Amino acid sequence: MILAVLLGFIFAIGTPLWRRILFKTFPYLYSAVPVLLFIYFVSKLPEINGSNFLIETNSWIPQLGIDLNFRLDGLSMLFSLMITGIGSLVFIYTSYYLKGHNYLDRFYAYLSMFMASMLGVVLSDNLITLFIFWELTSISSFFLIGFNNEEESSRKSALTALGITGLGGLFMLVAFIWIGAISGTYSLTEMMSQPEVLKNSSAYFWIIILIFIGAFTKSAQFPFHFWLPGAMKAPTPVSTYLHSATMVKAGIFLLARFTPILGDSPEWNWTLTIIGAVTMTYAAVHSLFRTDLKSILAYSTISALGILVFLIGLGTEGALLAAALFILTHALYKAALFLITGIIDHETGTREILQLSGLKTKMMPVAIAGYIAALSSAGLPFLLGFLSKEAMYDATLQLPTAAGLLTFLVVLTKICLLVAGLWAGFKPFSGKISEASISAKMPSPKLWIPTILLGCLSLAFGIFPGLIDKTLILPVLNSIAGYEADTYLAIWHGFNLALGLSILTLVLGTLLFIYWKPSPGKIKAIERYASLSPENLVNVLGKGFQAFAEKWTSFFQNGYLRNYVITILLFLSIMVGYRLFSGVVIYLDWNQISEITTSEFVVVFLMVTSIFFVVFSKSRTAAIVALGVIGFSNCLFFLYYSAPDLAMTQFSIDTLTVLLFMLVLFKLPLNKTFSSVPIRIRDAVISLFFGALIAILALEVFEESSIREVSDYYADNAYILAKGRNVVNVILVDFRGFDTMVETAVLVIAAIGVFSLMYLNLNPEKKD
Amino acid sequence: MELLLIFIIGLLHASGIYMLLRRSMFKMIIGLILLGNGVNMLIFLLGKLTKGHPPVIEDGAKIFTEIYADPLPQALILTAIVIGFGLQSFAIILIKRVYQVLKTDDLDELNSTDEEI
Amino acid sequence: MKSIIFRTSSKYLLPILLIFSVFILLRGHYLPGGGFVGGLMAALAFILHSFAFGLEETKNIIKIHPGFLMPMGLVFALIAGLAPWIYQEPFMTGLWYGEPLRMIGMVGTALLFDIGVYFVVIGSVLTVMFSIREII
Repeated sequence: MILAVLLGFIFAIGTPLWRRILFKTFPYLYSAVPVLLFIYFVSKLPEINGSNFLIETNSWIPQLGIDLNFRLDGLSMLFSLMITGIGSLVFIYTSYYLKGHNYLDRFYAYLSMFMASMLGVVLSDNLITLFIFWELTSISSFFLIGFNNEEESSRKSALTALGITGLGGLFMLVAFIWIGAISGTYSLTEMMSQPEVLKNSSAYFWIIILIFIGAFTKSAQFPFHFWLPGAMKAPTPVSTYLHSATMVKAGIFLLARFTPILGDSPEWNWTLTIIGAVTMTYAAVHSLFRTDLKSILAYSTISALGILVFLIGLGTEGALLAAALFILTHALYKAALFLITGIIDHETGTREILQLSGLKTKMMPVAIAGYIAALSSAGLPFLLGFLSKEAMYDATLQLPTAAGLLTFLVVLTKICLLVAGLWAGFKPFSGKISEASISAKMPSPKLWIPTILLGCLSLAFGIFPGLIDKTLILPVLNSIAGYEADTYLAIWHGFNLALGLSILTLVLGTLLFIYWKPSPGKIKAIERYASLSPENLVNVLGKGFQAFAEKWTSFFQNGYLRNYVITILLFLSIMVGYRLFSGVVIYLDWNQISEITTSEFVVVFLMVTSIFFVVFSKSRTAAIVALGVIGFSNCLFFLYYSAPDLAMTQFSIDTLTVLLFMLVLFKLPLNKTFSSVPIRIRDAVISLFFGALIAILALEVFEESSIREVSDYYADNAYILAKGRNVVNVILVDFRGFDTMVETAVLVIAAIGVFSLMYLNLNPEKKD
Repeated sequence: MELLLIFIIGLLHASGIYMLLRRSMFKMIIGLILLGNGVNMLIFLLGKLTKGHPPVIEDGAKIFTEIYADPLPQALILTAIVIGFGLQSFAIILIKRVYQVLKTDDLDELNSTDEEI
Repeated sequence: MKSIIFRTSSKYLLPILLIFSVFILLRGHYLPGGGFVGGLMAALAFILHSFAFGLEETKNIIKIHPGFLMPMGLVFALIAGLAPWIYQEPFMTGLWYGEPLRMIGMVGTALLFDIGVYFVVIGSVLTVMFSIREII
């Protein structure tokens, strides 16, 4: 399985290598990757019936409990099939849709990277790995949405999508780490065997809130939904892939995955139900006001995602069955609708719904696919949509509380979605041919065969539900519910309330479709409320934050080095000074102090004089010489107090420094005084204050008895382990040899820096 | 003696900071060097002062038999001195080059150099 | 700077200082000294020579550009660090060869490492000083 996940990455990374050789001659090879993966997953299908699952362990960072374990159960099987199956179709479709595009190979690289990350998300058994793949989907989708990177709007929506989903991902990471800390494992399989540990912990509420934020941002739930319509700037294959079947469903996947671990509590159920219900009705109503085909689809997708969240939130067996079924249904018909939109856009050059009609005479196969998709979305009998709709109504009708209200909301949403589906899949093809449609040509089979295939699947599963109920849907239900469920799908449930609601939906939806016409005027009418939308709020928040950051930065980062130094020092001095002042008694232990010899006193005197000389001297040469004297006095101290190595080094370095100064500074201008007297006094006060603070600190630390554990270890083992007698040298070349190696590298870098600075010609006009 | 050393350390820090706050680049580097010396002394002092017993094991012995100076701060300071030299030389060359191009030693005149070079 | 005494003395000082620096380097493991100090002394010896005879003369003596000493030293240090891998020991484990020699003591990776440091220090100090001398 690890190869299946990584194949897409390998393919993406290698694209520059083999694009010239292989793909110029065999352009179909691009699509080979998802097709192979699809076949692989189909071949695994018989192994996961019931509640069986496959698990594969690969060790990665065992010290941190992070591994590349993959778990293939019903839920991840359904998603893997959708990812690779729809992926295959999208890959084939793209080969014609973006034919001749300059960066086609790049596009495929992003696409396969995305596919691989998605597979990683749905197959990971380890939370940290899951998070990594999750973020990888955000990153690769950023590239895909912003694929037309010359357009500003495209870049902007890519950034919005990345910002929102990436932010959600971070919240999720917090939840994951928390979960890991509480349950002591990052493995999902282990967590499923002990769900009560998490449910009984005090952090349960916060964990689910954080997980919800992650899932809602990814799955475009209210109030984070606004990135999805913006992301429609992407090329249509991307919208198909990301926004119908895969990325937006990752949030749903996450919720479904955690249902057996965290679900089935009032907080979990009610939050999901309410957010899902708000999202589904809000977006469904919104979709009625759109005239751009992709916009309609975007809002109806958000609404569908809302339905899924809602169903998972209800949490009954019936609701989970409906969710499992609807994931598949929605992927099939929505992908088809997106692909069809792409075809229409490609052939007529417009996506304005009002300008399109009568295309069926031009492109019959596409029209058939469109009808099937629209009807499946409408939930006509003998289509998969019918089954999922029935299951949904059944689920809401059987609820113990608020069944009436929730059923009403679902029916309302379904009516709107039906209209949206008809607009997208029916309207462009039927009626009299319009002006915009007249120039359209029959598209290449590579474009329409994928749509027909999707339609056929909807039809086949709709007529013969036995094809999927035991093999696919039941394992999905088992892995979401976490227990052995037993159910079956049938076309005919007999005359009951659900069937009545189905018929009601169909009738009302069709009426609405006939009498309701979206128009620019109606769009304007709802745009008046746009200032209240979450998108706008986020923008305002962002602008405010930026303004604040600008003020803040220009106050502290004012471009004067000394002001930075002063700020830092003052802060440090006040903090440390306050601590010393308030809580520390300064005392002196005279026993620790050694006496002063004459020679030492002379050196100290020399040093103090030199320091004053350095600071106050007007002559540069004098200052340098005084600096040398300070260095040599320092060297004498080292010599007095048993550090011959230091003394030698300091001596050589000091000689070099003085030489260096003398060489360089001969040519500099005379010393000037730039600052005024008050500023100099201010600086003097600050620096004296700081110096006094350091002195007091030094005294304090000096009085403490020092811990010499490390030093003693080095000293005791210098000869025994490292066969050296000079402990300082042994530390440098043996015990801490690696540090020394890096330090020499630093020295080399400094030398190269000097060398290049000296030979760098900073004045291009003057050639020397 | 330690008191005098502490005094010197404080003085080195104070003068280093004072020079660092000057507008002249030359003085800034002097400040940097003074500060470096001060910090080295501080680390040295915190290892406790020991007279006449360098951390070298006597010939014939395998471990120290008497008191010895703390070798760890010495090793730290030794590399610090050498690295400090790298830093100083780079800084000195940098101001030299800046002066060659801009003909000024005043930091405040460097605020918008991007276009002028 | 180019008085006859200075020139004559630095002519003899160069080899003496170089030998001294190698001495300091080799005894580093047993007595005060080592790669850093030895390298600095050797660099100072060359700089002294260049003051007396001019940069070109010194460069002729060194033959190669001092910059090449830096990677050479780094490679020495790296080899010293990597050598234990041959014996399946961790990175930077000390290895020792046979019996102690006179003057030098035990020969091992630590010594090789110190020699690496020695070359890096000579290389970088001379690079800095020579490039400054050349431009100014």
